[in-house]
Amino acid sequence: MANVPEDLHYSKDHEWVRVDGDQAIIGITDYAQNSLGDVVYVELPKANDEFAANEAFGSVESVKAVSEVFTPVAGVVVKINEALADEPEVVNSDPYGNGWMIRLKMSNPGEVDSLLTAAEYEDFTKAESE
Amino acid sequence: MIDFGGWDMPVQYPAGTIEEHLRTRTHAGLFDVSHMGEIDVRGPDAVAFINLITSNDVSKLVEGQAQYSTLTTPQGTVIDDLLVYRLAADHLLLVVNASTTDKDWEWIKSHHAGESVDLKNVSADYCQLALQGPDAQSILQKLTAEPLEEIKYYHFKSGAVDGVEAMISRTGYTGEDGFEVYAAADRAEQLWNKILDAGNSGSESGVLPCGLAARNTLRLEAGMALYGNDIDETTTLLEANLGWICKLDKGEFIGREALARQKQDGVKRKLVGFEVTDRGIARDGQEVVVNGERVGKVTSGSPAPFLKKNIGLAYVPIEYANVGQQLQIDVRGRLVDAQIVKTPFYKRPK
Repeated sequence: MANVPEDLHYSKDHEWVRVDGDQAIIGITDYAQNSLGDVVYVELPKANDEFAANEAFGSVESVKAVSEVFTPVAGVVVKINEALADEPEVVNSDPYGNGWMIRLKMSNPGEVDSLLTAAEYEDFTKAESE
Repeated sequence: MIDFGGWDMPVQYPAGTIEEHLRTRTHAGLFDVSHMGEIDVRGPDAVAFINLITSNDVSKLVEGQAQYSTLTTPQGTVIDDLLVYRLAADHLLLVVNASTTDKDWEWIKSHHAGESVDLKNVSADYCQLALQGPDAQSILQKLTAEPLEEIKYYHFKSGAVDGVEAMISRTGYTGEDGFEVYAAADRAEQLWNKILDAGNSGSESGVLPCGLAARNTLRLEAGMALYGNDIDETTTLLEANLGWICKLDKGEFIGREALARQKQDGVKRKLVGFEVTDRGIARDGQEVVVNGERVGKVTSGSPAPFLKKNIGLAYVPIEYANVGQQLQIDVRGRLVDAQIVKTPFYKRPK
């Protein structure tokens, strides 16, 4: 069973958002990394790049496939996880921790309220895998 | 699980593609490739007939030997690649790709004129398990009395594996030593489980069940073409570097004339291997750029788990087909540097 931490917000594209003041830390969920398989490459944006909500900010590649990753909330990139360039496999081993991808300064912090709660996301993934 | 030519097949098992790939290189991997098609050709004209529709020279085969070959169009392009097994002077078995089995079958039947041969599509009768890797022989030997060390590369023997009548062939699609075992379809599960047991599956150096994704990365590292990607009815044998199975001097066969002409004139494009030298992974279908010009397409592109590089095969104009040539690959709008390298990318240590 995929791990779904209580304190995060989730998107239907399988990203998670951790709120830190007016900033958001974003990554992909345990369910997502598990469906992707071994992550071998992560492409991330640059600092100061600006994204609208639900816009693709990068991609995650397994041996077999490429998947875009979307930011569930709008904002400007403050920081990216540069360690993923050399250790993309951390996305598999620690998706909610060292596998984080970008930190955004949110344009509209209220947006997180429209995201799924942990319980809602869990129901969503159950329905999707059926 | 994905649909693969009408078969439900696993892309990967729980260990994951990278582990499956590495285990096959270092110990052993087991692949259920029962989806492959089998066509039985029997009769006094078996060799002559198959020699007419395939590019390699069937008359060179001896009993107990196999050969890699292709079915060719009159233009010298590829209908399918296949293995031809010589079971007896008047008996051949063709092993073809799953997704092309029906097409091949129709093609072969349509060229059967007066020759004295019986053709049977026996694809459903067989299972095929490929046990590949340096430990393949010692694992399989536990299940058979046939002395496996006597079976040379591209040769086979009939014998019992775990009491099941089988054809044991020293062939594969991974670049490793290994065997492909053909047996009655209803024995697949028994053989699968027995081979896993004999190979200490579950232990760290034991055999791992492998899915389609590892099969693809292993064959790509070994520089082997995949039908539908690197070769098809738009690519000739010579463009695909398959001149070595194109025996122009063996006598008449479909496509011979076109291929002889192309050999004389020289090919205009060629399938080459490349390594990405920049960050990024080239994928099937992406465009190859030289000096800002779009000159070709990637036919297979993937991370290579053993080599830890990102590699691929692509068709490029002959003037850009030399080892060392700098290329760029258009990876979703980003131009990524690459360089033509020798193939196979990976060669197993002897």
